Amino acid sequence: MKEKEIACDLVIIGTGMAGMAAALFAARRGLDAVQVGITGELGFASGPLDLLGVHPVAEGRMVGDPWQGIARLCRDEPLHPYAKLEIATIRRAMEDFLAFLQTGGYPHVTLGARNQMLVTAAGTRKPTYAVPHTMQHGPTALAHQAPCLLVGFEGLKGFSARQIALSLERHWPDLRPVRLPFPDAQGELYTEHMARSLDAAETRQKLVDAIRPHLGDAQYVGLPAVLGFYRTERVLADLQQGLGVPVFEIPTMLPAVTGVRLRELFEQRLPAMGIRPLWQQRVLGVQRVNGGRWSLAVGYTEAERLVVARSVLLCSGRFFGKGLHARRHAIQETIFDLPVVQPVDREAWHHKDLLDPQGHPINRAGVAVDENFRPVDHQGNTLFPNLFAAGSLLAYQDWMRQKCGSGLAVATACGAVNSCADFLKQVAPA
Amino acid sequence: MQTQVLIIGAGVTGAGLARDLGLRGVQTVIVEKRDVNNGASGGNHGLLHSGARYIASDPASAAECHQENQLLKRLAPHCVETTGGLFVAMAGDDEQYIADFADRCRRCRIDTAPVDLKEAREQEPALSDRLIAAFSVDDATIDPFKLSLDNLADARQHGGQLLRYSKVIGFEIEDGRIRATRVRDDLTGREHRIEAEVVVNAAGAWAGEIATLAGAELSMRYSKGTLLVTQSRMSHRVINRLRKATDADILVPGGTVSILGTTSERVDSPDVIYPEIHEVDHIIDEGAVMVPALADTRYIRAYCGVRPLIGGGAQGGGGDDRAVSRGFALIDHGGRPEKIANFVTITGGKLTTYRLMAEKTADLVCRRLGVAAPCRTHTEPLPNTVDARWTEPGLAPNTWLRTHAADDLLICECEMVPQSVVEEIVASIKQQAGRPGLKAIGLRSRIGKGPCQGTFCSQRLAAHLYDRQHLSNHQGVEELRAFLSERWRGQQPLLWDTSLAQAELLEAMHCGLFCLELEEKKGFRF
Repeated sequence: MKEKEIACDLVIIGTGMAGMAAALFAARRGLDAVQVGITGELGFASGPLDLLGVHPVAEGRMVGDPWQGIARLCRDEPLHPYAKLEIATIRRAMEDFLAFLQTGGYPHVTLGARNQMLVTAAGTRKPTYAVPHTMQHGPTALAHQAPCLLVGFEGLKGFSARQIALSLERHWPDLRPVRLPFPDAQGELYTEHMARSLDAAETRQKLVDAIRPHLGDAQYVGLPAVLGFYRTERVLADLQQGLGVPVFEIPTMLPAVTGVRLRELFEQRLPAMGIRPLWQQRVLGVQRVNGGRWSLAVGYTEAERLVVARSVLLCSGRFFGKGLHARRHAIQETIFDLPVVQPVDREAWHHKDLLDPQGHPINRAGVAVDENFRPVDHQGNTLFPNLFAAGSLLAYQDWMRQKCGSGLAVATACGAVNSCADFLKQVAPA
Repeated sequence: MQTQVLIIGAGVTGAGLARDLGLRGVQTVIVEKRDVNNGASGGNHGLLHSGARYIASDPASAAECHQENQLLKRLAPHCVETTGGLFVAMAGDDEQYIADFADRCRRCRIDTAPVDLKEAREQEPALSDRLIAAFSVDDATIDPFKLSLDNLADARQHGGQLLRYSKVIGFEIEDGRIRATRVRDDLTGREHRIEAEVVVNAAGAWAGEIATLAGAELSMRYSKGTLLVTQSRMSHRVINRLRKATDADILVPGGTVSILGTTSERVDSPDVIYPEIHEVDHIIDEGAVMVPALADTRYIRAYCGVRPLIGGGAQGGGGDDRAVSRGFALIDHGGRPEKIANFVTITGGKLTTYRLMAEKTADLVCRRLGVAAPCRTHTEPLPNTVDARWTEPGLAPNTWLRTHAADDLLICECEMVPQSVVEEIVASIKQQAGRPGLKAIGLRSRIGKGPCQGTFCSQRLAAHLYDRQHLSNHQGVEELRAFLSERWRGQQPLLWDTSLAQAELLEAMHCGLFCLELEEKKGFRF
């Protein structure tokens, strides 16, 4: 097949949280951007958007005020990616990101300067910054230990209202579980199907009718995260009206509807904002060509087109996202073969205990960047003026233990896009 | 509590002994500090040796292996896969050893025949082209979990009883006899006494600790062996390296996987052992000399066991632990300095000879009890019971595909274990007065043993157990932590490539979202 060639100012590689946020910020700044990547990964977003939930990790200490927490983190860990940004920049990036979700009909709710405590499907509690509006009453109900009915469904695996209620009994004694059939369904249930079926008013009414007899003195009703797909606001409003109490979602196992909702939202709106998508394709090869431009061979299994770009922003994720790859004795970055900060050998990658309070050293491995989010070599020298990196690919952070995944993605994407825009302006002033 | 014989340890020896005594009409109770096959019985190749491995170092053991191999193939065919085996030598291996092999086998009455090199590589295409000699032997594979569970089930049929999570904490000794054994239930913390006419220490690698509680001294060595499980089956037959026994020279197929090992590392204690990264790398590099594909295949899990070797502890020093006899030690503590008339220790030995060890021990016990009934385990087939059937790779998916009802959901999608199988296992655990936790169910099925390594099936199983009222209170969090930590031990040294990406997803869900790492924190407050 003859290869087609596309020219652009910026290629964003990656379609996870960082890649999507980068595309959003690039579009806002009017950059001529192409985005490449398989969009499935965002389906693994669990719903809550973390900013900073735990610091220091080794002490397992919950962070109450994430902004104060970030200030302290940047003092304690000056290499952490957050430390490359002003707090005001992080704050603005999150505000912009949340405003976008609001406009897209999937608003998220924060308590401003406080983290909120969310109940999970495992009956545990998780500190987080922003939650989808569908989850917003959960933290309030938990904080007040309000009488609450928890609903699970026959045929939905990995979500037991009884498990959640009994596991939380010490912290929330007034939690009452019930297990019901889901309207018009039998056999195995899948969260995405359930969510789509609740987009229909008829199913919502049947669900209300099924729950109502169990309501008793409950002041809240909690359900798995299936309350609608495109029309979450409508679904939530109808359920709350029908039941007469606030209703909230509990995050389920992954992949989750919450992540798929985000993916759909980005897929619908980014192209309209000027992003040129090359989704369901990946970068198969990369070359530096005349004038320092990047030439990327893009396709699914074989190269279908060449993208020639003045700059690249790498948001390709870690091992699960395939941005990093580990061979038996070393870790590599998969697209540019960038230097990867990593422990000396495999003996030091992981602790012997999965839940070791220190967190596994390999999770802090990754690509190191300069103050403009450009990858550096092991001596700290910037490698290329027009290559940037953001998101979980970055070294010196442990997003899973620090509970900072979304904030890290959004804030570093914003920082990298800003630097990239500055670079493009310098080279060819508008 | 009273019984005729108290057996300490529910490894394959203890299980075999309980069945043997049961068949002779003797009443038994087994106390096990954890769960079935917790020690070396669960940490081995699952190899039913032809005996050929021991022809040079230990001809007596080699002959015993051969006899038991033939017997178990006949009496417990449902636990055995008659794969056959090959001994193969590679360019550079000791030619004298190769030349002596057939003669030595013959002297131990082990059947062997040379195999043409081309034919060997046709039979086993995975073999390296550096092959210089090959002999066929009648190796087979045996499922150690099924074997123990079936022995226990048959023992139960004959009045035997198993107490899991019951740790021996001391003995009441009077006039040269154990009057009672003090046991603590590790789940409830309650202590109780068991009075028995004879006490048998079948604690495997922990036999020395138990003996010490009775004031007896056993000098034991602990030799750790590490093994790797591949994602797919690499060969039809058992493949042994034809050389003096050393590391990583046996590749054993088991259902849909293969098991490669082992190592031999001296450890100070049988507790808290891990498969180490340097062992894993060494095993892969060595194994790849025989079967080159072992260098690049995906490994699902590493595990290890401790071989209890009698003698040598006092001598200390180095030496090759493989040179110590793999024969077993049956010790009558009545005839030793501690003079405890009703205390017997059985340890050492091999999976292949477990039945013989049980027989010899039961003979001694029966002499003490004045019971004249003869052994029957060498003639009576081992019944195939439901307790053990779900450990077999491939059985659950076949059964589910053939018979499943629409509402019989798969708890484990990798290995296709449905709710109905979980319920069957739960019922069987409850029948033995046990608590159906995640680890106990994992031990008795394929749950957690597929490529997801417990990422998804752990929480699905926890949710299911809660909905069916099998779990209560906040047990679930502890169950999840324990189950995943146990799985992790076997994954941690093998985390590169796809397995590392999978482990990252596991941590993203169980730590990133569920915050399991934070749950034990004291004063978890916000």
